[in-house]
Amino acid sequence: MPTKFEAGTFDVIVIGAGHAGVEAAYAASRMGAKTLMLTINLDMIAFMPCNPSVGGPAKGIVVREIDALGGAMSKIIDKTHIQMRMLNTGKGPAVRALRAQADKVLYQQEMKKLLEDEENLTIHQAMVDELIVEDGEIKGIVTQVGAVYHAKTVIVTTGTFLRGEIIIGDLKYSSGPNNQQPSIKLADNLKELGFELVRFKTGTPPRVNSNTIDYSKTEIQPGDTEPRAFSYETTEYITDQLPCWLTYTSEETHEIINDNLHLSPMYSGMIKGTGPRYCPSIEDKVVRFSDKPRHQLFLEPEGRNTREVYVQGLSTSLPEHVQRKLLESVPGLEKAEMMRAGYAIEYDAIVPTQLWPTLETKRIANLYTAGQINGTSGYEEAAGQGLMAGINAAAKALGKEEMILGRADAYIGVLIDDLVTKGTNEPYRLLTSRAEYRLLLRHDNADIRLSDRAYEAGLISQERYDKFDTKRKKVDNEIKRLRDTILKPDAKTQGVLRDLGSSELKDGIRAADLLKRPEMTYELLSTLTESPVELSTEEKEQIEIQVKYEGYIEKALQQVDKLKKMENKKIPENIDYEAISGIATEAKQKLKQVRPLSVAQASRISGVNPADISILLVYIEQGRIAKLASNE
Amino acid sequence: MEFDTIAAISTPMGEGAIAIVRLSGDEAVAIADRVFHAPSRKKLSTQPSHTIHYGHLKEPESGEVVEEVMLSMMKGPKTFTREDVVEINCHGGIVSVNRVLQLVLKNGARLAEPGEFTKRAFLNGRIDLSQAEAVMDLIRAKTDRAMNVALGQMDGKLSRLISELRQALLETLAQVEVNIDYPEYDDVEEMTIPLMLEKSTWVMKEIEKLLQTSSQGKILREGLSTVILGRPNVGKSSLLNSLVQENKAIVTDVAGTTRDIIEEYVNVRGVPLRLVDTAGIRETEDIVERIGVERSRQVLKEADLILLVVNYGDELTEEDERLFETIQNMDYIVVVNKTDLSQQIDLARVQALAGNRKVVTTSLLKEEGVTELEEAIAALFFEGSLEAGDMTYVSNARHIALLHQAHSTIKDAIEAAHAGVPVDMIQIDVTRTWELLGEIIGDTVQESLINQLFSQFCLGK
Repeated sequence: MPTKFEAGTFDVIVIGAGHAGVEAAYAASRMGAKTLMLTINLDMIAFMPCNPSVGGPAKGIVVREIDALGGAMSKIIDKTHIQMRMLNTGKGPAVRALRAQADKVLYQQEMKKLLEDEENLTIHQAMVDELIVEDGEIKGIVTQVGAVYHAKTVIVTTGTFLRGEIIIGDLKYSSGPNNQQPSIKLADNLKELGFELVRFKTGTPPRVNSNTIDYSKTEIQPGDTEPRAFSYETTEYITDQLPCWLTYTSEETHEIINDNLHLSPMYSGMIKGTGPRYCPSIEDKVVRFSDKPRHQLFLEPEGRNTREVYVQGLSTSLPEHVQRKLLESVPGLEKAEMMRAGYAIEYDAIVPTQLWPTLETKRIANLYTAGQINGTSGYEEAAGQGLMAGINAAAKALGKEEMILGRADAYIGVLIDDLVTKGTNEPYRLLTSRAEYRLLLRHDNADIRLSDRAYEAGLISQERYDKFDTKRKKVDNEIKRLRDTILKPDAKTQGVLRDLGSSELKDGIRAADLLKRPEMTYELLSTLTESPVELSTEEKEQIEIQVKYEGYIEKALQQVDKLKKMENKKIPENIDYEAISGIATEAKQKLKQVRPLSVAQASRISGVNPADISILLVYIEQGRIAKLASNE
Repeated sequence: MEFDTIAAISTPMGEGAIAIVRLSGDEAVAIADRVFHAPSRKKLSTQPSHTIHYGHLKEPESGEVVEEVMLSMMKGPKTFTREDVVEINCHGGIVSVNRVLQLVLKNGARLAEPGEFTKRAFLNGRIDLSQAEAVMDLIRAKTDRAMNVALGQMDGKLSRLISELRQALLETLAQVEVNIDYPEYDDVEEMTIPLMLEKSTWVMKEIEKLLQTSSQGKILREGLSTVILGRPNVGKSSLLNSLVQENKAIVTDVAGTTRDIIEEYVNVRGVPLRLVDTAGIRETEDIVERIGVERSRQVLKEADLILLVVNYGDELTEEDERLFETIQNMDYIVVVNKTDLSQQIDLARVQALAGNRKVVTTSLLKEEGVTELEEAIAALFFEGSLEAGDMTYVSNARHIALLHQAHSTIKDAIEAAHAGVPVDMIQIDVTRTWELLGEIIGDTVQESLINQLFSQFCLGK
C-alpha cells in the first residue's frame, strides 16, 4: 500500500469519465459545486467503446431531455457528428427521434475541452481503489497512489470497468473496454461495503478498414438533407455528411457460425453474465432465428479522420480466426481488413433497487451511482443517469432541493424509476414501449417539459430560459388564436379543402378543429388564417402536434393526473412494513427492499398487488391521524 | 387507481324487493346523469344535494329503458365516503340489479374492489382511527375471498379465449413497437394500418360475441332453477341421477333459500341447472307430499324450467293431466320415460297437452334418450341460438364491465385507424384494450410486450 496523503476537498467527486461521469461532473460544477472528476485514462473521456452513434428511438429523446436540463451530450454531438437523421418521420410525433453518427475521436476531444473549460471542475487521471465510509456516510475516496480526497458527495460511474473481463473465443482476460485497465479493488470495496452485485455481459463487433470494403455491393444510407440538431442552443449546422452503408450476412456466414458454435464462449459456458436480449451477438441471432436467411449489417464510419468502420449487427465473441472468416462471407467485406476484433465483456453491476430515485445509495448516504454500473446499457441511458446523479449530488452538497423526474416528465424519469423500483435482470435499454405516456414525452417538447425545473436548479442560463419562455408563450397564444378563429365556408377555404381531397365545409368551423383533420397541416391552414406573429419551424411543429392530437394528449394528461395524486401520497421513511398485518409476505419483502417513496412507486413494484396498496394507504392514513392526535 | 368513481351493488345478493347500486367519486353525479332520465328532464347536477328522484335509466346509445328507479343524490362531504354519492334504488332480483350495475360501469364507473367504499370512508376521514385495523382486515379478507371465488369462476374456456385475443393484440403491438424502436430493420414487416385494422376488428367482434352471451351469463351464474315433476314412480329419481351422473356437478348440496329444500347444480351442455328439492325427490319421490301443496306451488312458481316426467308404460292419469294444467304457462319439457316397457301411453295426447313444448322419450334404465333430453334443454335455453356447444360464457359483473371497456377502446382504435391517425397513436388504444383484457384474467405485466418484442424479432447491433 502506498503512503496516503491529503490531496484535496471537494463538494462532489465523480469517479469515471464516461458518458455518465461527464454529465455528472458537468451538471454538478454548473450548479456551483466544487467538483473533481477522476478517470483511469484522461484520453478516454466520453469514449464510445461500441457503436459510433448517439440517439435513436427513445434514446434520442433522452438526449433532448439532457439538453433541456443543460447537459453536454446534445451540444457535443451537434458539433461532432458525421451524419444525422430523423427517424420515424412517417409515424406520429410521439415516436419521432433523432439519431446521429458520431465522429468518435472528435466527440471525445470536444467533450474534454468543454469540461476543461468548466470553472468549478477539476479533472485528474487516477484509479480509485477505495471509498472512505464512516457511520454509513461517504467521506471521500483513496486512489491507487494513496491520494486521499474528501468530499460531501461521491458519484461512482465506472461503466463496464468493475472487474471487467474481455472474452474472445477461449481467451479470457481481465480488462476494461477496449483493453483499458479494469477496476478491481473498487469492485471488492463495494462488495465489502455490502452492495449486492450482479454479473452482466455485453459485446461489440469487429471494425474493418474502409479502404478494403467493396461498397459497390452495399446500399448507401445517407443522412437527412434538412439540417437537424439535438440541442435547443445549436445554431450552426454541419452540412457535410458521410453516408453509412447496408449489407447482409450470407448463407455462408450462417454456416460458418453453426460450424464453429462450439468455439463460442456463449455456448461453451465460459460466459456466465447475462447479456441483453436487444443486443444479441450474431451467433445468438443465427441460432435463435435459424429460419432467417440473412441479417442486416450496417457499415458505420467511426469518424472523419479514420478509416475504421464499425460493422453494426456482427457483435461476436467467436475466436478471431472465425471472425475473419465471417467477414469474408459478407458481400462487400470479402477482402476487408479487420482492424479490431469483436469481443464480449463481462462486468459487475450494482443491483439498482439498492438506490433511491435520486440515485443515492440506500446503504451509504451521499454516495451515488450512475450509468452502466446500475445495470443499464447505452451511452444515452448512462448520460441521463449521470446528469441526474450530478444534479442530486450537487444539490445535497450545496443544501439545495433534489430533483426526481417522474414517469410523465421524461424518459429519464421512466429509466430511473424502472431501475430503482423494478430492478433489471439484463442490461437495461430504454424502449419507447417502456413509457406509459410517450405521447407526452416527445422529441419536440423536451424543453416545455423540463425548462422550468432546469432553470430553478440553475442548470440553464437566464438568457436561455427567457428565450424558451418567449417560445412557449408564442405557441400558447397561437393555439388559443386557432381555437377562437372561425373559418367560414367561403370560396377560398372550400377550394383549399377540395384540392386537399378533404370534405368541404357545411358551416363555419374553428381553425383548430380544421387542423385536427388528418390531411390538414399547419402550413396549409396558415394560408387560410395567418398568425399575426412570425413563427419558427419548431414553434409551428409544436402548435400542430398540440392541436392535432389534443384528444389523445388530453386522455394521457388525465391518466397522469391520477398518477400524480398517488405520487403525492408519500410513504413515511420510518415505516415498519412488518407491523402492517394485512400486507402479503411477498409484498412486504419487496417493499422493505425497494423502500418506495410514494404509494405510486409502491404500486409499480412487481409482487405488490392492489389489495396490498389499499392496506398500505389505510395504514399511512392511520399514522397521519395518530400523529395529528398526539400533537393536539 | 384510487381516485376514480366506483360502483357496486350494496344490498345482499338474492331476492329482495329492492336492491341498491351505489356510486361514489367525483364523477358519480355525472355518470348518473348520463343514464338517468327524470320526468322533469332536469339534470341531477343542477339539483340540491341529499334529494331523491324518480325516473328511468336508459342506455345512452339506444335509448332503451333499463329500469324504473328511485335515485338518491348526495354530494360530499356529508356522505358515507365523503365523496359524491349516488344510490340507485331499483327492483330486487339479480337480473335487474346487475343490469343497472352494468349500465353505470359502461358509462364510466369502475367496479369497486372489496371493501373499497369503507376504505374511502376511512381515507377521507369519515371513520375514526380505531376502525382502521378493521378496515384493513376487511380489505384483506374480502380480497382473498373474492380472489378465490373469481379464480373458481374463471371458466377455462373464457380464459383461453381472452388469452388468445391478447396474444393477437400483443403480436400486433410488438410489430408496431419494433417498427418504432428499430425503424431501419427491413426484415420486420411494417405494421400497416390495414393489418392493424384486420386484427383489431377481429378482436372487437370476438369481444362482441362474448358480450352477447353475457346476459345469458348472469342466469348461467345463478343457475336455471329446475324442478323435476311427476307422479310417484315415473322415474324422477332416475332422471335426477342420470343428470347428475352424466354431467359433472358444479356444486353439490348447496343449502337453498329455505332449510327444507336442498338444491343440486348440474351443467347440462353449458346450461347450469339448479335442481330444486333433490333431497325430496330422493327420499319420497313426491315433492307435493313432502313439502305440502302451498310450498310446492311456490317452488313451481319460482322455477325457470320444469321437467315433467310421465310413464310410457302407463296410460295418462288424471293426476298427469292436472300437472300439465298446473304448469301450462311455464317453460317445460315432457319426458316420456320407460320406453323399455310396452307402450300404454297415448303419445298424441301427450303432444296435444304439451302444445309447442318439446316431448322427449327416454329409457333411463337403458340410458336411452338422455342425449335428446339434454339437447332439448340446451335448445330451450338458447332459443335455438346455440352454436354446437362452442360458446364461452361471461358471467361475472367485473368481467362484463371490463369487456365493455375493452370493446370501447378497441372501437376507438378502429375509428382512429379509419380516420388516418398515425399507427403509434392507435397503438395507445390497442395497448389499453390489451391491458383491460389482461385484468379479466389477472395478467397485466407490461414486461410481456418487451418479451414478445425480443422473442418475435431478431434485433440488435
